[in-house]
This record gives sequence, structure tokens and C-alpha cells, in this order.
Amino acid sequence: MPPQATHAILAPSRPDEAASGPALEISGLIKSYAGRRVVDGLTLTLARGEIVALLGPNGAGKTTTIEISEGFRRPDAGTVRVLGLDPLRDAAALKPQIGVMLQDGVGAYTGAKARELLDLFAAYAAHPHDTAELLELVGLSDVAGTQVKRLSGGQRQRLSLALALVGRPALVFLDEPTAGMDPQARRGTWGLISQLRADGVSVVLTTHLLDEAEQLADTIVVINHGRVVATGSPAELVRAGAEGQIRFRAPAGLRLTSLSDALHAGASASEEAPGRYLITGERSPQLLASVAAWCAAQGVFAEDLAVERRTLEDVFLEMTGAELSA
Amino acid sequence: MTATVSYVPAPDAAPRSRMLGAQTRMELRLLLRNGEQVGLTLVVPLLLEVFLNLPLLSSLGGSRRIDFVVPSVLALAVMSSAFTGLAIGTGFERKYGVLKRLGATALPRSVLLLGKTLAVLLLEVLQVGLVCTLGLALGWHPHGNPIWTALLIVLGTLAFGGLGLLIAGTLRAEVTLAAANLIWLVLLFAGGIAIALDSYPAPFADVARYLPSAALSDGLHHVLQNGGGLPLGAALTLLVWSAVALPAATRWFSWE
Repeated sequence: MPPQATHAILAPSRPDEAASGPALEISGLIKSYAGRRVVDGLTLTLARGEIVALLGPNGAGKTTTIEISEGFRRPDAGTVRVLGLDPLRDAAALKPQIGVMLQDGVGAYTGAKARELLDLFAAYAAHPHDTAELLELVGLSDVAGTQVKRLSGGQRQRLSLALALVGRPALVFLDEPTAGMDPQARRGTWGLISQLRADGVSVVLTTHLLDEAEQLADTIVVINHGRVVATGSPAELVRAGAEGQIRFRAPAGLRLTSLSDALHAGASASEEAPGRYLITGERSPQLLASVAAWCAAQGVFAEDLAVERRTLEDVFLEMTGAELSA
Repeated sequence: MTATVSYVPAPDAAPRSRMLGAQTRMELRLLLRNGEQVGLTLVVPLLLEVFLNLPLLSSLGGSRRIDFVVPSVLALAVMSSAFTGLAIGTGFERKYGVLKRLGATALPRSVLLLGKTLAVLLLEVLQVGLVCTLGLALGWHPHGNPIWTALLIVLGTLAFGGLGLLIAGTLRAEVTLAAANLIWLVLLFAGGIAIALDSYPAPFADVARYLPSAALSDGLHHVLQNGGGLPLGAALTLLVWSAVALPAATRWFSWE
């Protein structure tokens, strides 16, 4: 189908809801399994045509949140609206509008060939993508005739992505979309997800890859223990309380009070380990100059002097106290 | 990557007829591609048809052995595809998340189940064709009205299909596998298929008569072997099993 043809059928079935409201609106969501709260009062909003990344360590409640939004699970409390619809009550109206990529592989007939499976899913949609073209796009043309069970993990992920997209959805849920992909396929997938956004598709993705969230998302929602601990654009999150850091090595036991006095207000010095010093404060040329001047005055030769920008990883560690597993 | 592809949303569900056609084709294709399914539904019945026709078992009653064997094997074929095959296939689809994944698409549950049913019925057409062809080659003389035969097979499919889905939808896949095979074996020999229930002691035979296997087998023998009309008792028994099993499967089937 030529791209032009698709514009004509864009007209949503519920113009009031579908055109204007948020793509996803979650408010006060609570879900427990066996008495343990995995989602604990979670609230978030995704505007139309934007990408939100749910970032958090394993077990943070990302997948549960997504699966409730997809209509797989019933929330204990709170409201979820997907494209203005209730995922459970309006399931029949909602399912054709969304594309879903489940976390663990394709999750469909493993005896089917890649092309057959994509054709099957295309048959569920009124205006599907050309399946040969879509296979080409995700780099699976060579294995179109291979049974799903004989595909590699990365190939299954790419097929799963194609299955999510084949019906031309307005909103896609991508749960760990690049897990198991090699770096090249990962970059290709990132390009594809950016293209989705450019064409007006709303995207919810979960990831524990910081660079993935930073590269793709308009909004990052950091989740830990089922709660939102931070929300913002990647730049905002890095900036929030984001100070610069200067590190250097010098003989152990320098007088820190003297060093701190030499710095401008708000900056501080500490000796992280014997001979390893850390200056934190607002990143500025003056800060760097003050450190260098103090060292010169003391006759200290500072080695390995480095100015560091705070990364999203630092922010994440600070907020969750958890390492992201790769 | 081609730059010309557009992802501009145009979401909508396809007409149900298109979904049903695609779903049925996929289900049938997978049934015929799966070696175990083919063995269970096509190879074993044909082998048993030859084996049971050998003058080894004296208890096979009736005038001509092959006239008894063909209706038995037809009943077995229906039980194999509608009950054991469907239960095992669906059980593993549930285990591997196929049903969950399909639940996130525009495909309605009803179309999925209808597609599975149609695929089983189409497989049965193939089974009946092969069993009857082999039977004719072995000297079988069919009697009775083919319409009643077809009706009994459809009723048997609904009853066995409901029971198969009930097991697949409530038990773990491995348990389903074991149970579906065990029940198949027990019903084959003690459920009125390979051995006529008359050969068993009366109290057992009187109860076993109401098993779906016995009802289907008796009904098919009544029509095909004895040239009788529609056996109301057998048809009613199968109808009752369907009326219990199908709603129960719908009620308790868990998709994950």
C-alpha cells in the first residue's frame, strides 16, 4: 500500500477521544501478587506521537504496568486509559489499535515460518503493511521461510517487532525491544522506533538500557519498587540536581578544608580513597581554575584530572540505589 | 532500510471472515506439519485399520470383520484429532504463550476457537477419506446414510473438542499430554471403539455405553455396519457431552 493511501484512512473511529487525548494515561495504579505490591500507586501520561521509556531494574513493575495497559491483567486499583479506552472493558475496540511486543520472544506458533506468521497477523488487520517489505525492513528476508523455532533470539525479537507493527497501530507497546539483539540490529531497531515517532505512532517501551532510553525517549519514567521515582526528558533528568564532578589523583592526606575554602560556594571536596579526590559543584571554568590554582599554591601535582558530566546512570543509581543489569 | 515506508497509523480490524480463513489455514497447516499430530491422527488409525482387520482377535463379533473395523477406526480418528490432538496442541500453545500473544491482537477468541474447530473438521475430512479408501481396498461394504455418519462425526467432534479444550485450558501442558494420551488409549480399548462393549461384563458395559467414545462408535456401527437410521441414543449422548464440555471449557479455560 502506498504511503499516501494511509492518510485517507487515518480518521479515527472516535474523533473526540482518539485525536486529542493522551495515548496512555495511568493514574494511581496498584497491583499486588500474593500480597506483594509490584505496582504501587503509579501515575504517568504519554502524549500522542511521543515515546515514553519505562526505565527500571528487573522486578521494578515495568512489565506488569505494560501488561495491565495491554489488557492482560486486571488492576487492583487505579485507572488506565489507552487511547481513551479501558483496556479490559473496551478490549475489542482497543486491540486493533495497538501493537504489542511481549517480553519473551515471539510468543506465537513456533512451528510456523516467519513469513507465514507475519501474513497471519496481517490478516487480522484492515490495512496491513506489505509483509515482504516489513520483513525486509527488520532484516529477516533471508529467513522468511524458516520456522520460528529455528530463529535466533535476536531474529525472534525482530520478528516480534514486525508482528507488533504489521497492523499499522496508533500505539505500540515494546517490552524490552532490543533484548538479545546484536549491536547492529539494536541500532537498526532504534532507527525504526524513531521513524515510528516521526510518523505519529505513540510508543511505550520498557528497557533497562540507559542509552536506549536516552536515545529514543521524549520522556523517561524511572520506576523502582512499583513507584515512579523520577520523570522527565533525558536532559532534564541529567540536569536535575546535576552537578559536575572533577576528579584527580594526588598524594593522600591533602587538607580538604583548605581546598573547600578555595572553591566557590556550593562546591565541596572529598577524598574518596587515599589519593583520589572528588570535587562536586556547578560545572564551570572557574571551578576547574580554582582547583588548579589551589594545587599550584600547595605545590601539589594533580594527575588524571578529569571533568565529568553526570550521566543518566548516576541519576539512576542515586534514585533507585540499584544497578541496572545489562 | 528503505526510507519510503510509512508507519502512519491506520489501525482497524480485518473482517472476521478474512481472519477466520487465515486462522483456519494456519491451524491446519501446523497440524499437518507436526509429525506427532500426523502420526496420531493419520498413521495410527490407518495402521490399526489394517491390524484390527487381521484375523488375530476372535472377539471382533459380526459377520464381516472389515465392516466392524471401519466404523471403529472412524470413531478413533475423530477422537484422535478432536480430543487428543487438539488438547495437546492447545496445551502447548498455552504453555508457550501463543494464546497470550494472540490475545493481544484484533483476533476475537471466538474466531480463534472457530478456526481451530474448522481445522479439525478439515483434518477429519482427510482422515475419513483415507480410512474409507483403505477400507474399500480391504473389502469394506458401507451401509446406511452418509448424512447420519457426517452428523455423528460433527457431534463427536464437538463433544471431544470440548473435553480436549477443557483439559488443555485447565491443566499444565505436560499433564495434558499425559492425560490426553492415556485417555485415548483407555477409551480405544475400554470405551467401545476397538472392542465392542458387549464383550465386557454387563455392569461395566451399561455405564461405559454413555462414554463419548462408545456413543460415537455405537452410532457409527449402527449406521455403517447395520444400515440403520440416525441412532437417537448415541446422538443424544454426544449432544449432552457437548452441552456440558463446551460451556465448561469456555468457563474455566485460562489463556495463560
